[in-house]
Amino acid sequence: MYTFSKRLKIVSILLFVVGAVGWGTSYVASHDLTLDDVKALLAEEHSYHGAETSHSEEAYGADAQRDVQTNSEAHAAMIHSTHDSNTHAEESHVVDTHNDDAHAEHVLHQMHNRPYAALYVAAFFFFMISLGVLAFYAIQYAAQAGWSPVLFRVMEAITYYLLPGALIVLGIAWWAGDHIFIWMDPEVVAHDELIQAKSGWLNKTWFMIRGLIFITGWSLYRYFSRKFSLAQDLADVNDNKNFKNNFRISAGFLVFYIYTESIMSWDWIMSVDPHWFSTLFGWYVFASMFVSGITVIALITIYLKSKGLMEFVNDSHLHDLAKFMFAISVFWTYLWFSQFMLIWYANIPEEVTYFVTRIEDYNLPFFGMIILNFIFPFLVLINSDYKRVPWFIVMAGVVILFGHYIDVFNMIMPATVGDRWFIGVPEISAVLLFLGLFIFVVFYALSKAPLLAKGNPFIKESEHFHY
Amino acid sequence: MGSLKVIHALYTDDDVLLSAVKTVKAEKHHIEEIYTPFPVHGLDKAMGLEPTRIAIAAFMYGCVGLIVATTMMNYIMIEDWPQDIGGKPSFSYLENMPAFVPIMFELTVFFAAHLMVITFYLRSRLWPFKNAENPDPRTTDDHFLMEIPVHNNEKELKTLLTKTGAVEVHIVDKEAH
Repeated sequence: MYTFSKRLKIVSILLFVVGAVGWGTSYVASHDLTLDDVKALLAEEHSYHGAETSHSEEAYGADAQRDVQTNSEAHAAMIHSTHDSNTHAEESHVVDTHNDDAHAEHVLHQMHNRPYAALYVAAFFFFMISLGVLAFYAIQYAAQAGWSPVLFRVMEAITYYLLPGALIVLGIAWWAGDHIFIWMDPEVVAHDELIQAKSGWLNKTWFMIRGLIFITGWSLYRYFSRKFSLAQDLADVNDNKNFKNNFRISAGFLVFYIYTESIMSWDWIMSVDPHWFSTLFGWYVFASMFVSGITVIALITIYLKSKGLMEFVNDSHLHDLAKFMFAISVFWTYLWFSQFMLIWYANIPEEVTYFVTRIEDYNLPFFGMIILNFIFPFLVLINSDYKRVPWFIVMAGVVILFGHYIDVFNMIMPATVGDRWFIGVPEISAVLLFLGLFIFVVFYALSKAPLLAKGNPFIKESEHFHY
Repeated sequence: MGSLKVIHALYTDDDVLLSAVKTVKAEKHHIEEIYTPFPVHGLDKAMGLEPTRIAIAAFMYGCVGLIVATTMMNYIMIEDWPQDIGGKPSFSYLENMPAFVPIMFELTVFFAAHLMVITFYLRSRLWPFKNAENPDPRTTDDHFLMEIPVHNNEKELKTLLTKTGAVEVHIVDKEAH
């Protein structure tokens, strides 16, 4: 039995408070910004960034003015064109005439959006960890895996975060509204035929109902699966009724999951760019959540083992988790590349704009993510022996988690803050906030049941698992 | 080298074989070879064999494949007969790399897999038309055979092997090769 130590409790509450304060300050600060502040900021930026970004060497005077134009044209192409593709030429013309004001206002919007988006990215990241673990857990039951039952209690604890985490994500989406989802702004929809055509699906009410249906389904599975898992511990040795029930609902859940996960990823992520679509987006998000989830299982297991609480977990279990981390990292890369290559090759403007924005404005996080999520784990975890060394797994795991945070960041930020991104106070605070909450919820759940699911019919096999 | 006296012990179960191997190793006898109808998990460790280095070879072969693919595609598609790839005639390998990644990946796998198999055959002294070294054809069906060299300790070995559950134990003069 694990007891939630006071020290860890304080750490998690502290993380939460520090994150909340940091995020709150940046939220207030961004809302105090006025149009004049932004204009002053833009003028300052031109005097300083002109030399770097403009194609000419000069930075001041007339050139600065021209720079504003090119910039606002770029924005017009990027954002406004998505509002109304038909009047694109017309609109950029309009933007030209009073570009200063329009551009400054646009930047002001992006700066207002930033704390919302930062909060949403962090909330989604931690939510997706627990959803990924829930899928992994269901697969273990559906496959009747013999190696993994010793890890079930860790998985069940992580999925305890699913309900609050998912409700928070949906709540932020509701509260932030058009700060994150541009199609929630009736003004935008009124001028955008493409979104109008999609409004049967993309409207706030139906969005929320869908979200609640998904959350209900996932949570019901999680609730019953946990219940059966605990009941199996107390049942007679020859009574596997609870295990069989768990097997059945797991198989059913996986079908529900793969549909709802896919739709969830269109709704909660892909719709931030309402004109853009990718048919394998659901799989791509799935790979990300799966590898993050498995990594967190490994990290928490190593932590508990180092405390001497999970002696029944041996090298071979860690080896298998690390193999999954390695394999799913490669799988993620495969999907990332499949999506990228098809769109790059076909070069259709409405599709390719997604990657153009990311390569131009998000060059470092976009390509840095490939190193964090693929090259680093690939090289670190390729050797069989290293997969058994805890500190190697922890090192690779931390990099993988950071990389997948950046992955979510790259999915949400370009549509909400454009080139006004930075990993600064709001982003880091939001991560700390949800990290604190995640640790608190997960370790609270860990302390609620014995760490070994002793009634599982495969538990002996799992304890003796040897690779 | 001349002829070598060996003892052949046959088993009919892989678990019995595995525990027999452990007993024989505990008695500090050298096991020359074991013939099995299918790979027995953990046998290499029980026999005290060194871990295989084929993974390292595979990694190096993969690197060779990657280099071959890159050089080949660069020569074919960029230098020798420049191609307009996806309407983006930049004629630069790096800018067109997404189109080459599948080939780079495939050749990496191709080289790693094929050269690894060839290495394995050579290392195991297997080549076409070679006579089988298998001392007893039943080991290709349902028997497991352990071969131990004899150094004037036939009796001792025989009793030990019978105790470990061998169904047959006999002494053979093996032609050295």
